[in-house]
Amino acid sequence: MTSELNRLTLAAAKEGLAAREFSAVELTKALVEAMDAGRVLNAYVTETPEAALAQAAEADARIAKGEARPLEGLPIGVKDLFCTKGVLTTAASHILDGFKPTYESTVTANLWRDGAVMLGKLNMDEFAMGGSNETSYYGPVVNPWRRTGDNRPLVPGGSSGGSAAAVAADLCLAATGTDTGGSIRQPAAFTGIVGIKPTYGRCSRFGIVAFASSLDQAGPMTKTVRDAALLLQSMAGHDPKDSTSVPTPVPDYSAGLTGDLRGRKIGVPKEYRVDGMPAEIEKWWAQGMEWLRDAGAEIVDVSLPHTKYALPAYYIVAPAEASSNLARYDGVRFGLRVPGKDLTEMYENTRGEGFGKEVRRRILIGTYVLSAGYYDAYYTRAQKLRRLISNDFEKAFGTVDAILAPATPSAAFASGEVADPIAMYLNDVFTVTANLAGLPAMSVPAGLSAEGLPLGLQVIGKAFDEPMVLNVGYALERAANFTTKPETWWRA
Amino acid sequence: MSNLIKGATGDWEVVIGMEVHAQVLSNAKLFSGAATAFGAEPNSQVSLVDAGFPGMLPVINDYCVEQAVKTGLGLKAKINLRSVFDRKNYFYADLPNGYQISQFKDPIVGEGRLILDMPDGSTREIGITRLHLEQDAGKSMHDQHPNLTFVDLNRAGVALMEIVSEPDLRSSEEAALYLTKLRTVLRYLGTCDGNMEEGSMRADVNVSVRRPGDEYGTRCEIKNVNSIRFVRAAVEYEARRQIDIIEDGGTIKQETRLFDSGKGVTRSMRSKEEAHDYRYFPDPDLLPLELDAAWVEKLKGTLPELPDEKKARLVADYGIKPYDASVLVAEREPADFFEAVAKGRDSKLAASWIMGDYFAMLNRLGKSVADSPISAAALGELIDLIADNTISGRLAKEVFEAMVESGKAPGVIVEEKGLRQVTDTGAIEAAIDDVLAKNQDKVAEYKSGKDKLFGFFVGQVMKATQGKANPAAVNDILKAKLQA
Repeated sequence: MTSELNRLTLAAAKEGLAAREFSAVELTKALVEAMDAGRVLNAYVTETPEAALAQAAEADARIAKGEARPLEGLPIGVKDLFCTKGVLTTAASHILDGFKPTYESTVTANLWRDGAVMLGKLNMDEFAMGGSNETSYYGPVVNPWRRTGDNRPLVPGGSSGGSAAAVAADLCLAATGTDTGGSIRQPAAFTGIVGIKPTYGRCSRFGIVAFASSLDQAGPMTKTVRDAALLLQSMAGHDPKDSTSVPTPVPDYSAGLTGDLRGRKIGVPKEYRVDGMPAEIEKWWAQGMEWLRDAGAEIVDVSLPHTKYALPAYYIVAPAEASSNLARYDGVRFGLRVPGKDLTEMYENTRGEGFGKEVRRRILIGTYVLSAGYYDAYYTRAQKLRRLISNDFEKAFGTVDAILAPATPSAAFASGEVADPIAMYLNDVFTVTANLAGLPAMSVPAGLSAEGLPLGLQVIGKAFDEPMVLNVGYALERAANFTTKPETWWRA
Repeated sequence: MSNLIKGATGDWEVVIGMEVHAQVLSNAKLFSGAATAFGAEPNSQVSLVDAGFPGMLPVINDYCVEQAVKTGLGLKAKINLRSVFDRKNYFYADLPNGYQISQFKDPIVGEGRLILDMPDGSTREIGITRLHLEQDAGKSMHDQHPNLTFVDLNRAGVALMEIVSEPDLRSSEEAALYLTKLRTVLRYLGTCDGNMEEGSMRADVNVSVRRPGDEYGTRCEIKNVNSIRFVRAAVEYEARRQIDIIEDGGTIKQETRLFDSGKGVTRSMRSKEEAHDYRYFPDPDLLPLELDAAWVEKLKGTLPELPDEKKARLVADYGIKPYDASVLVAEREPADFFEAVAKGRDSKLAASWIMGDYFAMLNRLGKSVADSPISAAALGELIDLIADNTISGRLAKEVFEAMVESGKAPGVIVEEKGLRQVTDTGAIEAAIDDVLAKNQDKVAEYKSGKDKLFGFFVGQVMKATQGKANPAAVNDILKAKLQA
C-alpha cells in the first residue's frame, strides 16, 4: 500500500495519519520514492529527503503523544522563491549560486510550525518571471500531462511550474507557490490542480525573494479545494515583518466548504471574452456557469470595462518594481560574483552572466519605464489604470459575490512552442487583473481539452473573502468531478 | 550690512541654499532594529534588512518618525499627515539594495523657517523648503587594501533627516550661522546630536552668484561638507571661482562639486549630464505613512522651550541684550546656567560675568558648562558678595580664580584671604590722609591742573589697603579732600 501513499490528498493523508493507518515516515518515504522516480520531470531544484525523514520521525512522535499539529507529518514541496534556513535557495537563478539563507520565510516558518514536512525546493521560472518554466537556470520543468497520442513534452506553465508538476505527478502532497500575474493559477490550470492566490497582504512576503512587491502573493497549490483551504489556513496571517501584510483575522477556511451557493450571485464579465479565444475555453466557461447555477447561484452579467488595459499596465508595473528589487544582486554580498577590473565591470559581468535572458529583458523594460522623461507616460499611467481596474471590480462586487472566468486562454503548450515573449505575456490575460486589484483568485480544474489536457476555471472574490472563493471553487470541483490523473509515463 | 562681493567689473551677490543631512538620534535604524552607535567594529551593526538580503523587508521605526515630526514642529513647519517613501535607485557597493529609501514627492515635513541671530543683534528669517526621512548608505573604504575596496555597512539604513532650505542665504557668514542655528535647534529638540566630526550632520551647499537684483545664476552643489568652518571656506572659494569665470566671459556649468578641505578649494565631481537618473518611485514594500493629527498636536506639547523663545524670554525677563541672549541660548546648558545665576540677582552683572570671566575660564580649561569647576550656586554667591559690597569687582576676579583652583566657596576664600572690602570711611580717610601727606608735591601738581594724577592717588590708597577699600568710597573721599 505504501507505494500509493503519494497519491493521497493532503486531507486524506491527514486522516490516515490520525487513524494510524500509516506513519508519517512511511508517508514521507513514499513521497521520497516518488520524487526519485519523477526526476525526469525536473520539478525539484533541491531535494531534502534526509531532513524530510527526520521531520517525519518527529511528527510520528507527536502523533503518538496525541500532540499532532494541523499539518503534522504532511510532506510538501516549497517553491524555490521561499527562503529556507540552511537550504539552498536559488529563485532558479544562476545569480543566487550557493545561497543558503540563515533565515526562514514567514510562510514556510508557519508551515513547519504546524508540523508540515519539507521534501525539497521546487523549480520555477527564474525570479518567477515566465509562464512556461522555460526560463529556469536549472532547466525546464516537464508537465506530467501529454496530449493524447503525442509524446512531445509540454510546459507545466509558470512561474510555479515545479510546484504544479510536482503536485500533479504526486511528487508531493501539496506545494507552495507565488503569484505575481498568474504564477499559481496558470500552472495549476495547465496541470489539472487547484491553486489559489490569496488577497494581497493575506500571506506575509517576508523571506520570499521579491519579484514585484506590490503584486507578489504566496498561496497553496493542491490536489483539491479542501487541501487548498487546509494549507492556506497555516500560510496566512499577519506578520509585523511585512508592512503590507494585513492584521485581519484568518477565518476557518475549511468550515465554509459546503458547495451550497443558494442566494449567491456570480458575475460573468463580458470583457473576458477575448478575440481569438478557443471555443473549448468558452465551452468550459459556460459549463462552469451551469454548475454554479446547479449549486443554487444566480449568474449575472458584469462589466469590467478596463480589463483590456490590465496586461499592458501589468507589464509596466511588474518590470518597474522588478528592476529595482533585483538591483541587490550585484555580486557584492552573496551569490554569484564574476570579477571585473573595477566595480562597474564586476556589476556588468555578474549581472550579465547571472541573470537569464527574460530577467534581463524585464529589468531593461522596468528601468526604461521609470526613467526621467518616460515615467509619466508609462509608470504613472499604469498606476492610474490599476486604480481604474480596481474600481471596476469594486463596482462589480457591489452586486455579485464572486466572479467566474477562464483561468487561461489555452491549455498547456509544448516546450518552445511559444517563442515570442509578447505571445507568452498574453497567457496572463485572465490572471493579471486579480493581482493588479489585489483580490483573491483561484483556479480549479474543469475538464479536459480536445487534446486531452486539463483546463481550469477561475473564481475571483472580494478582498479577504477567501471563504467565498473557496466555496465557489468547491462547488465547481464537486460538479466537475475531475478525477483524471496524468499517466505516470515517467515511471515506465 | 552689505554682503556684496567686489569683482573686477562690479559687485556680486552670492546666493546659497543648504541641504543638511542630520542623523536622527535613535538607538535603531530607520527600517531595521540594528544599532546605530558611533565607532563600532565594521559590519557589527548590520541586520539582514540593512544588508539587502533576498526577501528582507523594511519596517518603519516609529521613533524615527516621531523625531522627524518633532524637528518639523521645532522648525515651525507644516507637518504632512500623509507622506510617502520612495526608492532612489542607483548602484554602489555600499548601497546594498541598489536603492535608498527616501521621500521624494511627499515628504513628512513641509515649509518652515529658521531664525538667524546676526552679530549686530538683528535677526533674519531663512525659509525651510522641506524635511524628509531617508536611509544613510554604508561606507566604502578604499585605503584598507592595495586593490580592493572594503565596505562597512554599519551606517547603512541609519535614519537621516534631509533638511532643505530656500536659497535665502547671502554670505558665507550666513551659511555658517544657518548651520550653527540649525544644530542648536536640533540639539534642543534632542533629535540629532549635531556632532559633525562623527558625521551626524553634513551639508550639501548650493552656491550661485548674480548681480544684485538679477535673476538667480546657475548653481553648483558642493557635496558633503562636514564642518561649519568648511562651509564658510567652501562658499567663499566657490563664489570667487564663479565670479572669476563670469568676469572672464565664461559661463557657470551646473555641476556637483567636492570641497577639498586640505587645499581649501572645490573640485568638479560630475556634470549635470553625468547626473544619475534615480528613477524614483513609491516603495511598494511600505505603505504611505499616515499620521494622526491629534498625535502631532500631543507631540507639540512635549517640545522643550526652543532657542528663539528662550532668547526672547531672557531679554524680556532679565533685561539683557538680544545678542548676549542669543549667545547664551546657543546651547541649552549655558542658558540654564545663566538663569540659575541670574534669578533674584543683578541679571546684567550675571550676564557679564558668565560671558566674560566664566566663558573665558571654560575656554582656557577646555571644559563645558556640564563639567565646569564652578557651579551656578558658587558664581551666584560671588555675585552676591559684590552686590552687598563685601568685595569689589576687582577683588572678585581674584576670588573667582581662587574658586577655579581650589573649588572652595567664594565666602570661604574671602575670609581665608582676608579680602573683605573696607567700607569703614574712617579707615579709608586715614589711609587717604596718609597718602596725601606723603605726596605733597603731587598734590600741588594736581591742584595746578594735572587732573590725571587722581588715578595715581586712588592707586596708592588701594595699595595701602591691599585693594580692600571700597573703590566708590575712596573716590568720593579723595575727591572731597583734594578739592578742599
